[in-house]
Amino acid sequence: MNQASPAPRLRLSFTWLGLMPFVIFVMLFMVLPTMHIVIGAFQTRDGAFTLQNIVDLNSGTIPSSYWISVKISVASAALGCLIGFGMAAAVVFGAVPRWVRSPLMTFSGVASNFAGVPLAFAFLATFGPVGLVTVFLRNNFGLVLQRDLGFNILSFWGLTVTYLFFQIPLMILIITPALEGLRREWREAAQVLGATTLQYWRMVAMPILFPSLLGTFALLFANAFGAVATAIALTGSSLNIVPIQLYAQIRGDVLGNPHLGYAMAFGMIVVTAIANVVYIWLRIRAERWLK
Amino acid sequence: MSIGARIIGWGVLIFGLLYFFVPLGGLFEFSLKARRGVYSLDAYSRVWADPQFQATFGYSVMMALATIVIGIVIVVPTAFWVRLKMPWARPYVEFMTLLPLVIPAIVIVFGYIRLYNTSSFLPLTGSVLGTNVLLAFGYTVLALPYMYRAVDTGLRTIDVATLTEAAQILGAGWFTILSRIILPNVVPAVLSGAFLTFAIVIGEFTLAALLDRPAFGPYLQRIGANKAYEPFALSVIAFGITWGCLALIQLVSRFSKAAPARF
Repeated sequence: MNQASPAPRLRLSFTWLGLMPFVIFVMLFMVLPTMHIVIGAFQTRDGAFTLQNIVDLNSGTIPSSYWISVKISVASAALGCLIGFGMAAAVVFGAVPRWVRSPLMTFSGVASNFAGVPLAFAFLATFGPVGLVTVFLRNNFGLVLQRDLGFNILSFWGLTVTYLFFQIPLMILIITPALEGLRREWREAAQVLGATTLQYWRMVAMPILFPSLLGTFALLFANAFGAVATAIALTGSSLNIVPIQLYAQIRGDVLGNPHLGYAMAFGMIVVTAIANVVYIWLRIRAERWLK
Repeated sequence: MSIGARIIGWGVLIFGLLYFFVPLGGLFEFSLKARRGVYSLDAYSRVWADPQFQATFGYSVMMALATIVIGIVIVVPTAFWVRLKMPWARPYVEFMTLLPLVIPAIVIVFGYIRLYNTSSFLPLTGSVLGTNVLLAFGYTVLALPYMYRAVDTGLRTIDVATLTEAAQILGAGWFTILSRIILPNVVPAVLSGAFLTFAIVIGEFTLAALLDRPAFGPYLQRIGANKAYEPFALSVIAFGITWGCLALIQLVSRFSKAAPARF
């Protein structure tokens, strides 16, 4: 036994080596580039430490672009949560036949990954000036989206409606297991104690689901906040949101200060990181009940 | 379940399904309207004949394949090693693989452009080959969360330790173990990761556009600003490929239910 004891220590150094390709890869192509941006956000052009870049984020069009981005992300996350919850609930609580579940989940897995340029064209072809729905409404109901409803696909609501295409399925994917975790016994116990359906939802189901709902909301928010391709293909540069502005900054330094660009990117990381931390924290809380 | 709840349930479900299928229908219908008054495949034939389409599409396919190979080479040994030797490191490795979901792609590529420019220690963006390599690694990062999760799930279904020991007793080295024992046993998992990677890379826009590579995503966006019907036909093609890939994943995961090697 005594002779064997040095061996594991020697093995440990080799064990570490096995992970090195992965660690080097992650360092080179994810961590270091991101660190470079984060550090750059706190540097002057000469490399000295400064907070001026962060302060400068509050100048020009930057605050308004963050504000629009946050509004679009909140709107698409909230609506995505609401509609996705409704669809998941309809399936889980048996309002529609059970066999709907499996195709719906498969489809959601596909659609939740589908952001990008083609999605923008799909919505242009549907709600654009000569899109399917636009023309249909005009010919059959004499309703012009732009004039009568103030709806324009190249706008705040246009982008929100487009984002919902991947937000709703993501919500369905995440919330369905949570809904299925609500035990029948809890409802029956509440009923035995004389609770109405409304009371059951308000005092039993909602408190249990709340962390899941809020956590998913945070995830959907981050998802919308970082989406670049759909926004650029849909609106070009007509809508001033953070990813589009950062894109223009990377291409041509439109802010006139490279380090301000770093600060913008840093701001994006901060927002998505906060949203994700909220998501993870709430998910851990939610799992206490949903075992 | 009351009648009212049923009606609401159906209403919500139908609304959601319309939400998914109407834009797809709209896209398809619009792509057929290139000829005035009748439906035709004109836009498709024009797209097909465009040498730029062939070039960018071919480029993206090559990139996707390269990304899949790099992904497999990095992810399979790592996931195997973590399961076999360093189970305690699993949460940390998993956390790393999930980071690309937190850091927006545009920020990562911004870092690439600044970190690997011509005056840096690794001037990847200085040459075409270097930029291609950088793009492939960037795509590998984007696909990492999906690839790692797929492979790790696949490894869970086999008895890694016993298989490894058996191979070692028969005199196999690490390379043989990985390539001839572990990899064949997680083929369904690797395939589903690979198809998802393919679907992500084919239409990817941000990385390719900012690294200035002639990929399909930026081509689609560029043509969208200049042409009337072609971008819609291209989008239908892109949709078709993505959905085809994801259908293949379903197929593969159904196959994988046939029991893999177990002791």
